[in-house]
Amino acid sequence: MPEFNWPESDRRWRIGKHRTRVDGPDKSCGAAEFTYDVKLFGMLYARMLPCPHARARVISVDTSAAEAMKGVHAVRVIQGPGTEIKWAADDIVAVAAETEEIAGDAVNAIKVDYEVLEHFVFEEHLDKAPEVNPAQEQTTGEPAQAFSDAKAQSEGYYGCGVVSHACHESHGHVAHWTDEEHLTVFSSTQAVTGLVGQFSEALEIPAANVRIICQNMGGGFGSKFSADRWGIECARLARQTKRPVKLMLERGPELQIAGGRPSTFARVKTAVDADGNLTGWDSKSWGTGGPSGTGSPPLPYVFEVPNRKHQHSSVPANIGPSRAWRAPNHPQACFVTMTALEDMAATIEMDPLDFFLKNISLTGVRAESYAEELKLGAQMMGWKRKWKPRGQNGDGPVKRGLGLSLHTWGGRGHQSNCEVLIHPDGSAEARVASQDLGTGTRTVIATVLAETFGLRVRDVTVRIGDSRFPASGASGGSTTVGGVSSSTRRGAINALEILLQKVAPELGVAPEELEAVRGRIRVKASPNRYLTWKQATGQLGVNPISAAGSNPGPGKLIDSGVAGIQMADVSVDIETGITKINKMVAIQDCGLIIDMLTAKSQVYGALTMGISYALCEERIMDPVTGRLLNDDMEFYKLPGIGDIGDLIVHMMTGPGYDERGVIGLGEPPVISPGAAISNAVANAIGVRVPYLPLTPDRVLEALEKGGAA
Amino acid sequence: MNRFQYASPVTKESAVELLGSGAVVLAGGTDLLSLMKADVASPDLVVNIKEIAELKGLEHSEGSGLRIGALVTIDELLQDSRVQEEYPSLIQAADGIRSAQIRSVGTVAGDLCQRPRCWYYRHGYGLLAMQNGSSMVVDGDNRYHAILGNGGPAYFVNPSSFAPSLIALGASLKVSGPNGEKEISVADFFQTPQSEAEKEYKLSDSEIVTQILVPAAGGKANATYEIREKEALDWPLAAAAVSLVMQGDQVESAKVVLGHVAPVPWNSDEAAAALKGKAVSASVADDAGKAAVQQAKALSRNKFKIQLARVAVKRAILRAAGMEV
Repeated sequence: MPEFNWPESDRRWRIGKHRTRVDGPDKSCGAAEFTYDVKLFGMLYARMLPCPHARARVISVDTSAAEAMKGVHAVRVIQGPGTEIKWAADDIVAVAAETEEIAGDAVNAIKVDYEVLEHFVFEEHLDKAPEVNPAQEQTTGEPAQAFSDAKAQSEGYYGCGVVSHACHESHGHVAHWTDEEHLTVFSSTQAVTGLVGQFSEALEIPAANVRIICQNMGGGFGSKFSADRWGIECARLARQTKRPVKLMLERGPELQIAGGRPSTFARVKTAVDADGNLTGWDSKSWGTGGPSGTGSPPLPYVFEVPNRKHQHSSVPANIGPSRAWRAPNHPQACFVTMTALEDMAATIEMDPLDFFLKNISLTGVRAESYAEELKLGAQMMGWKRKWKPRGQNGDGPVKRGLGLSLHTWGGRGHQSNCEVLIHPDGSAEARVASQDLGTGTRTVIATVLAETFGLRVRDVTVRIGDSRFPASGASGGSTTVGGVSSSTRRGAINALEILLQKVAPELGVAPEELEAVRGRIRVKASPNRYLTWKQATGQLGVNPISAAGSNPGPGKLIDSGVAGIQMADVSVDIETGITKINKMVAIQDCGLIIDMLTAKSQVYGALTMGISYALCEERIMDPVTGRLLNDDMEFYKLPGIGDIGDLIVHMMTGPGYDERGVIGLGEPPVISPGAAISNAVANAIGVRVPYLPLTPDRVLEALEKGGAA
Repeated sequence: MNRFQYASPVTKESAVELLGSGAVVLAGGTDLLSLMKADVASPDLVVNIKEIAELKGLEHSEGSGLRIGALVTIDELLQDSRVQEEYPSLIQAADGIRSAQIRSVGTVAGDLCQRPRCWYYRHGYGLLAMQNGSSMVVDGDNRYHAILGNGGPAYFVNPSSFAPSLIALGASLKVSGPNGEKEISVADFFQTPQSEAEKEYKLSDSEIVTQILVPAAGGKANATYEIREKEALDWPLAAAAVSLVMQGDQVESAKVVLGHVAPVPWNSDEAAAALKGKAVSASVADDAGKAAVQQAKALSRNKFKIQLARVAVKRAILRAAGMEV
């Protein structure tokens, strides 16, 4: 059996290099087809009628006018009389029609009577919540003792509201019945393989009859694992009309019903001893993720304060249900923890960098990485040169400040299967039923395949995004890069093994004495004895080599657990409350990096997303109707290029990192920006703005209160 | 979206003939199309005026100043070197519209005629957003709503980027209608509606704006200052435009007009009075800012806008005087 490992650093010609994304040109020039672009012959368009109330009971639904409209092919009541609707914009009726406009008109013609019920959408006001579900208190050590022995204590209130996923490409599908029993669905999904069962179960057809296709998709961030009720309705409309049907959410519903990140509010107390060692933590937190509340964020985050107490209450609210949002619960936990610790550092008049380093052993197994990353980050930020105590940096209305934060994530590769083909003409191909969320999955697979075969990346073909390929896990939790790189590596090593056996006799050596390097199969000991790759594959005869690779599998190719630190340099105009990002530094490890440019791009994207939720993104709920008021891209604010400042990304590589194998990177860098930026703002203006996003009204309010929040 | 008829006349007279109840004017369309898609506007007839040659173009003349045709885009204005020289206030207002797409098709006249961005209005609750006799704005989330002229029933803010600047510069509009052409000052063009039947500007369904006339700047110092959360496309939270006639280093007379703070562009005589006869300094500008918001009244969520309006006035004055911080 061959050995399954990654090449040593001096034998990596493809892995770890800066490579432009293999699908970059297609995406840049518009050639890449997204689900939104799919247009099939005879295709109908579906729209759904959203409920205008945050909480209501459906009394009656009259679809007669819609059904009578020319061009309307099917009307399906999704939630009929008697149903209690628990969030605004929840879907009531679905319509399929010849055009989007007719479908829209038909939806407008449907009459629904509701009994409007009391709603609750402001979970920050815990005392007004009709229902609060407190979880059991978790206590470690002797927190009460730690606080009574403390040299100093710090107390604060921190909160971050619900944000929507706001995917560029909205949720949706195109359903096409190729005959009465066979369904093909084009989906904007993070789970090509996983959707098969969801559609087959709901449509009551064998899973073998369902095919899911997703060649490209415009962002998921954790919100696209499900077929969703609208996906199933889309397939039902297609079955009923015997026509392909496309149902993509419009922007308004997308922001309301297609996922959000739960809110977290917390009152936190911390304690230190005379040397500045963290000794005590006490937090009471609450939050909502919609009608079923939300789980507890991991508090305190990363720092295992020896004596700690935490209680979290889940608050059901009438807002669209939460979905996994890039690093579920971590950004909130990180924000609450790192801001509380920075407040403590300010209380004891210590530079937070020194305070974090002093307590770094509390971070556990990754402590050394954190320390190394903090020191490196400090150099890249010029921290020691630039940092000043709170509120002392700037003479005019614009104050400058620095903040930092750190984070962790698992990121172990998911289950993945790969079929690797070596064709007699020399072309090589990997097939995996994975998906590219825009993160570089194709590039990763191509790089691994090319490295293993000693070929150029452009010489190999990657096929993903089709459930007919070998099953692979959903892309969530930063599990894809580990999953597909290891299954591809194993499949490629297995395929190469077969090829080497085939050509070894001609080169007069045993197969294990051969290697595939630079487009050749050559004898390791005498590199001048070789066959070109094409000469070698030319000996295969008619059939290609087909070999499988899986994860998990033999050999250590992947690992789990990363550390990362981020620092922010901001300017805050204390007359307007407006915060500008000057610079952010992100230092991140993720084991062996398959492609450096792809990895860095992940971090740039995460910083941008983090700046977005730190400064402007939030769901603004209407007290009157309970509806989302900013259900458009005008007031659901996202930053533009001029808002994100100078982003500096450094990836930790080399000894201590590379030999761990591949670890996921999607989530970790999005965790810290909120905390780092909030800390930088507090450092700039001298008071804590307790709430994310850091909008001008909140900054001015905090300044007015002088930090007494 | 309701079915509608579409017409594309080539003269303003035929455009006026086509207009009337249920008809709308399409120029850049950057606002109209979103209103129609949201079912807030459901016209029976859309009259495209982009084929009317006489509405195009931008002209300067020594005596009468600047004439901006109704079809002049924001980009055309931005790129005009004489506008850059004489009316920095207009350039700064245009620069605040941070969308290449809107700048390239949106018109200056259309900017004046766009409808408010109030989220209750845009969600179909009507311009005044009254429900069961009470204002949804007052009871609801009004963080972006009016702090001046907000005695009700209107609480939205005028969304125009150019109106404050044009008013401060003393501009007027030429309007064509069934009774011929008339001229109206930009200041008088806007009104605070008292009922759902009224609009926030005085333009009937059968009239179109054909030109904007801006008097020669004549050495008046002018500037606009917008406060926006984002560098990227974003509505200002407050804005101010000023125009100063200087006598030596003293302000002989001033016009100070605020944007995005009231249902109309808000002319502040108080701020102008605070400047009169003074040499511009940070503290004089700040006094004018204070004077501008003296009458301001916060709704439940928008107190911060009072501070922002004050700062916008202060900074616009300093910018006009070349003393920008």
